[in-house]
Parts: sequence; structure tokens; C-alpha cells
Amino acid sequence: MADKPTLKKADFQSDQAIRWCPGCGDYAILAQTQKVFPEITEKKEDTVFISGIGCSSRFPYYMNTYGFHTIHGRAPTVASGLKLANPDLSVWMVTGDGDGFSIGGNHLIHLLRRNININVMLFNNRIYGLTKGQYSPTSEQGKVTYSTPMGSLDYPFKPTQLALGAQGSFVAKTIDKELKHLQNMIRRANDHNGTSFIEIYQNCNIFNDGAFGTLTDRDTKADRLLYLENGEPMIFGNDKDKGIILEGSKPKVVKIGKKYSVEDILVHDETDSLLANMLSNFTANPEFPEPLGVIYCSERPTYDDLMADQMSKANEQPKQTLDDMLKAGDTWVVK
Amino acid sequence: MAKKVNKETLDNVTIRFAGDSGDGMQLSGGRFTQTAAIVGNDLSTLPDFPAEIRAPAGSLAGVSSFQIHFSSQEIHTPGEKPDVLVAMNPAALKVHLKELKAGGTLIINKNAFNPKNLKLAGYETDPTEDGTLDDYYQAHFIEMSKLVTLACEGIELSPKLVERTKNLCALGVLFWIYDRPLEPTIDWLKNKFKNKPEIIEANTNALNAGYNYGETAELFTTRYVVEKAKLPAGRYRNMNGTLATCLGLLAAVEKSKMSLTFAGYPITPASNILHTLSNWKKFGIKTFQAEDEIAGIGAALGASFGGSLGVTASSGPGIALKGEFLGLTLITELPVVIINVQRGGPSTGLPTKTEQSDLFQAVYGRNGDAPTPVVAATTPGDCFVTTYEACRIAVKYMTPIIVLTDGYLANGSEPWMIPDSKDLNDFDVSFEKGSETDEKHQPYKRNKDTLARNWAIPGTKGLEHRIGGIEKEDGSGNVSYDSDNHEHMTYTRAQKVANIANEIPPTQVYGKEKGDLLILSWGSTHGSCKVATEKLLTEDYKVGHVSLKWINPFPSDLGKILLNYKKVIIPEINRGQLRYLIRAEYLIDAIGLNEIKGKPIGASTIVNKCKEILDG
Repeated sequence: MADKPTLKKADFQSDQAIRWCPGCGDYAILAQTQKVFPEITEKKEDTVFISGIGCSSRFPYYMNTYGFHTIHGRAPTVASGLKLANPDLSVWMVTGDGDGFSIGGNHLIHLLRRNININVMLFNNRIYGLTKGQYSPTSEQGKVTYSTPMGSLDYPFKPTQLALGAQGSFVAKTIDKELKHLQNMIRRANDHNGTSFIEIYQNCNIFNDGAFGTLTDRDTKADRLLYLENGEPMIFGNDKDKGIILEGSKPKVVKIGKKYSVEDILVHDETDSLLANMLSNFTANPEFPEPLGVIYCSERPTYDDLMADQMSKANEQPKQTLDDMLKAGDTWVVK
Repeated sequence: MAKKVNKETLDNVTIRFAGDSGDGMQLSGGRFTQTAAIVGNDLSTLPDFPAEIRAPAGSLAGVSSFQIHFSSQEIHTPGEKPDVLVAMNPAALKVHLKELKAGGTLIINKNAFNPKNLKLAGYETDPTEDGTLDDYYQAHFIEMSKLVTLACEGIELSPKLVERTKNLCALGVLFWIYDRPLEPTIDWLKNKFKNKPEIIEANTNALNAGYNYGETAELFTTRYVVEKAKLPAGRYRNMNGTLATCLGLLAAVEKSKMSLTFAGYPITPASNILHTLSNWKKFGIKTFQAEDEIAGIGAALGASFGGSLGVTASSGPGIALKGEFLGLTLITELPVVIINVQRGGPSTGLPTKTEQSDLFQAVYGRNGDAPTPVVAATTPGDCFVTTYEACRIAVKYMTPIIVLTDGYLANGSEPWMIPDSKDLNDFDVSFEKGSETDEKHQPYKRNKDTLARNWAIPGTKGLEHRIGGIEKEDGSGNVSYDSDNHEHMTYTRAQKVANIANEIPPTQVYGKEKGDLLILSWGSTHGSCKVATEKLLTEDYKVGHVSLKWINPFPSDLGKILLNYKKVIIPEINRGQLRYLIRAEYLIDAIGLNEIKGKPIGASTIVNKCKEILDG
């Protein structure tokens, strides 16, 4: 990568009018993406954005790169096929909580398990927006929506926990309002070789406004957000006076001061899958802060690299032409 | 003392090998087929196996069979009623005896007729003992299990494995009766079991034991000779539909110099395409076992977006799942080849049996006004050129295309004259070239002759563009909700598919060019219809046969041809799907012949129905 970007943010802006609702969290995510991309690539022609269906999935139309707005839930399949056909491309997938976890849940888990080198941005607004406000697989139980006037009965997924369970090799979480953090997660996903999964909390101001209010309000967010830094203790709070410790196998929030010092606080290790599983379980748990950052990052061979190995190994086999193949096996001549 | 043996020459013979799923009948049939091919007979085969991998041993549900029709003349079907039935156990006898010709030859493994197996097959008395068979058939009760045990004495092999060689013993008996060489089978065994000398020895001994039994037993007094067939001059090999389909894809790769990405999900009877292609990586073919059928076509489409030829294969239930993606492929106008190896439906239906009932699904099975080219293969060997042409047309016209084969074509085989790759149509691919200018790329700019849009692939500088399932503005490819544009695009997509008729060679009519009755077939009913036509012509009926490959679009000369006959009959293994399409397109009162029994329609059934129409 060049020290100084040759492309500008404007180079990544397409000429299409953006049709999200005014005030939608998607605008911020798009802007941060367009801002970061000049840093992470010099060749926008090698970048492809692939999406499914939903508000978030309109994203590719607004990026002046190659793009494919596919069908509901199926973006991982198209992204996988594209990446296998041309591993040199930088493939980004944009999906939502309905697209990625409901109709497309199967594809997403298999993408993570295979570890194809694709970056997934999952916009989680805990609601169906484009179909006008039904509960989603990440909505809290009891949610009153058009389809659940007496409250939803479904128990929600915890996206990062699901991604870890699906053997994701890079799992991170961020939020639409934390612009620098969001940019940083995009950079980190780009750097990771393998499937990178970023859950982005995104406010739908029409159908689920304030779903992440306590995480974004000035008054509450410091006590509710835990910024993860690799190798750093898990400290949070307005006065940086709270931390996470382990009691036996159980995490606990403690106050740093008389009884506990900074040295007692649990240190984040991105490569520790047990720790990652514990942190992913903090989601929507009032006892704990919401962890933001890279929860887990550990490289293992990617499907695309393994396939390239097999292809080159196969290439060492004796050469045969089409006519050799047509004539193979037992043949006989009729005169 | 040598016994006196007569030699008799026959034109054609049909043999059916039947036994328990674990008895190795597909192998016996396969080896007999290969030998018939090497001897130079024309042949056609029909394997038939249960959907269960191992139904309870000895049960009726567990019977597996393999039929081969071989001849010194040209043949087009795997035969109807067999002349010879090999029954390895009572259940096989029970299931297949009713189809053996009267006076036909029965070869029975006597040792399997024990009380337990007889009970499982529902026999109250032992048919090999009560004389019921001898009255109607030339029945030979051979103690095959005992023969192989004796033949394998001294080989260090468990009794169970020795018992399993009895299919080779049965094969040996048939090789003696039909005067066939043993060497090709012995060579095959040596190659197949390279590192297992005891298995080679046991199977070879079993084969010889069967052959020698024919030689020495007093039971057989006649050997039969089926001479070489007078096929058109050329080099031949035995070819099944699955391999032919895969070779068609390989030919597309080699002729176009494109890479090919095959993505599929396991399903009977299409999985063997995935298996075969997975061995061909050295040709640049990438294979991907997807998590489901939807992912199979999705990955194929993704590959095509990237400039590789995307291919997927499945059978009816899987194709149903791919429906939404077919629509996306169609509206984004990218080439994807979808192969449907049809099986009995609806739903899970008859997974291992053949049927032609997915024609409506292929032609109509999508939401919206969604015309998709549909082409069907007519014989196992024809799967080669059909698949190749499908790939070529998909790329030339930037469209998904559905290739219909079926269980019979995929698993059946015939001698195939090996084509020269030079004789295939040229397959040119051109991707849009990159541009440094500011002129905006027009992803939906079309070729005037074909109406195909240009193909600009990611990685090409200056051609960045977005496509998707929302209606496009023609030319720019931008999202458009404009009503006039939508109508224009709907007609443009239909016209593009209609233009493919320009690629279809003139329709060949077999038999009378004008007459009383046209037999119109599509896909795999080709063989039976051709045989029926031959028979009717020898009896001076004024009939012709047209074998359709292209269903969408129809060949442009088809309408005229239909008018050259007083009546049109359409035999199909469904309730009349092509008949419906022909009636709708040409306003012709076509007559149906519909038999939906999970197997090819017999030529005699067609002959009888035609005579009923012509004589009536």
C-alpha cells in the first residue's frame, strides 16, 4: 500500500441518489467506508461489494466499485463463488440481521466455517426495516411489532456468539455512532486473511429508534460500552474505574479502587477463543457492558488458499488435451 | 468328454441382471456392457437401483437390477422384456420374473433360495423346487455360492468376501453362453484391485468357475453369437450420460479458454457430475460442494459475475430451490448453466427412477416474466454436445440456460463415436476492455444481433458498475422503476431468448417427410420413438419422427413440419407437458402417449398406440 492514498473518498462515491430514510444509521456507515477505502486499496476496480436484500443491502449501489445486489439472504453464496473464481478480488459483503441471520442464516454460518477471505459487514438494527417493521432474529423477546402485537415469542441470537460458534476467525463489533471505531474495524477486517465478521449496531430511526440508545447517549455510554484493545485490561466507565475480573470461570464487573487494582483486571487477548466466547455472551446482558472492538482474531488457512494449493497440485499431473479425454478408456474402431 | 454344443446366431439380446443391492449387479452389468462394446456390438443399458443404500438383505425393496440390450444392428433403447433374467435371490426373481419373455432363459443362484429368503420374498413354496418355472422358462439353477467357495479354496479371504464374488460367477456363465472373452474383465479386475492380489484371484476364479460351468454342465446345449454391429465408421467408446455431460463442460473450458466453476449440492441422480468434475482440477475446473442447492447456483452466479463460467447441476427438488436465483441470473443477464438430471416427482418422488416431468418447471418455474432457454439431451452420448452447446449459447447470449437430462440418460450407456474437438462449434468469449476515459460504462449495452449485453468483469479498470435484481434501465443498468422501461426490458429479455432459434440447425425428420402421423419426442424418449418409427415404416405406415432438443425456443421450422402430417403424437414420461406447450404454441391437436412408470416408454407401447390411431 502506498504511504499516501492515490484515491480519494469521492472516488468511492457512486452517482446514484441515496434512498435511505433521513437520519438512518446507514449513512454514517457508508460515509466511514468511503473514507477508509482510499487507505486500504489503490485499485477500486479490484473491490466488489455484494449484498442481499434489505435496507442495508442497497449499500453496493452507493459505492463506486463493482457491486452486486443479489437476493434475500444469499449474498454469501454469490460472494463465495466470486472469490473462488477470482481470489485476487477484495470481496465485501453487506447484510442485515434479517438478511444474514434469518433467511440467510445457513449461508452465513457456512461462509464463516469455510473461512473464505471475504469481509462481512452485518448491520444489526434488530428490526425488519424494508418490510416496514417486523421483529427480527436479533429483536429482544417480547418486542411489540406489526406482526407481534402481543410481543414476540422468539428468543434472539447474539450475533458475535453465533459467528464464533460458526468458527469465524475474525469477529468484531462496532456501532454506527462511533465513527473512528467503525473505521478502525473496517481496517482490521481488511487486514485479516479469512472471513472477517463485523457486527455493526445501527439505529433504525423509523421502526426501532433508540434500540442502542444507552450505548450512544452521552450520559450512559461510558458505563455501558467496553472498548476492547488487544493486550489491554478490560476497563470502562466514565472515570475508567470499572473493570472485568474472573472469579473462577465467571466474569464479574468490579470497581477499581480499594479492593481491586488495574492489575487484577482481565487483559484482552484476541486470539483466546474461550475469552471471546465469554465476551460475546455480554451482548444484551444488563450485568455487563457491551464489548466493542475485535473480540476474536486468529488466522487459519483460508478456503481460497487451500483451493489454490489443490489447483496447483492438480496442475502437476500429466498434461492431457480435450481429445485425450474424449478418447480415454476402452475404445474400438469400426471400419 | 466334450459335450455337443450348438452355435446359434442372434440379432439382438436383452439381459437383465437382478439381485440384492449388495450382490454387485451393477458391476456385473457394467462388465458385460464393456465387453459387448469391445466385441463391437451396438448396445444400450438401463441400470435400476433402489433409493435405499442397503434395504434389508433379501427384501423386495432391496432389489437392484441392470439391463443391457446388445445387438449386431443399430439399436436405440435398452430393450423391453428381457430374453435372459439373472436372479441372484428369491426377491429378485419375484420382482422381475413377470417381465421375462415367455420361454426366456432364467439363471438362478440356487444357494440363495433358503427358507429365510423365500419368506422375505413372499414365496410359500420354493419355485426352484416346485416345478413352476420349468414349465414356462429355460431355467438353470446354479449353486453359485457353492461354486465360488470351491473356486476360492486356499485363498486367504473371509467366507463373506468369497461369497461376494458370486456376481462374477454369474457373469462367467453369461460370457460362456454368449461366447464373450474373459480377458477385458480380468484386466479390469487387476487394475481395480491393484493392491489386493487375493481379491483379484478370488474374482478371477469365480469368473472362470462360471465360465467353466457353462462349458461342462450338461444343462447348456446352445451358445449364442451376436455379431459386431455395422455402426458408422469411426472410433468408439462406451459412454454414459453423466460422463458425456462432464466432457461437454470440459470441452467448453478447452474451446473457450475460460475457467469453469461448478457448484452443486449432493442429490440423486446428479451427484456424479460433481464427483467427476472434482477430478478434473488440472483443466482449471474448480468444484465447490455448497451448503445447499441455493448456494450451489448462487456460487455459480458469483463465479460468472467474476468471468468464470458458472455451472450447477441438480435434480427436480433441487432445481425448485434454485428458482429465485434463476430469476436473478436472468435479470442480471449473466451466463449460468443449470443441469437438471430429472427423476420421478413430485417432491422426493422416485429419486432413482427416470421421468420427464420437470419440463414445465424448466420452461415456467420462476416468478415474473422470466423466459429461460431450455435444451434437452436425447441419448447418453448426446449429453456431450448438448451440454457443450448450452455453455456456448449461455455465454453468447448472456443468459441462464437449463439442460434437461434424466436418470436414464445419466446412468444409461451406449457406444459413442468419439468426436474430434475440431468439429465442435467455435466458442468465443470476449470481456469488455478496460478504459481510462471518463466515458461512463454501459453494462446493459447490447449486441445488435443477439441482444446479449456486454460482460465486464471485476478487476477491469474503468468499468466499475453495479448490478442486481431490481429492474434495470436498458443501457446504463441503473435501477429503474420506470414503467415503459420495464415493459421494454421484459420484451427485450424475451426477444433475446427467441433469437437463440438462429443457432438451432434445421430439424431432421426421420421417415416420411409428409404423412399420416408424426411422432414428436423430446429428450430421452428419442430412442423408443425412433425404434417405433422404424417398425411402423417397415409395415408401410406413413410416419415420421422428429426428436426435439430445443424446447425454448422451439426450432423455427417446427411449425411447418407439424403441418405436414394429419396427426401428431407426443410420447412422454409425464402427463403431457410438451403436448401442452405444442398445443399452445402451434394450435395443433396433438395426441398424448403418457406412461409414467419410472422407466423409459417401450417402443412396442408406442407402436401399438400409433397403430390404434392410424388403423382406427
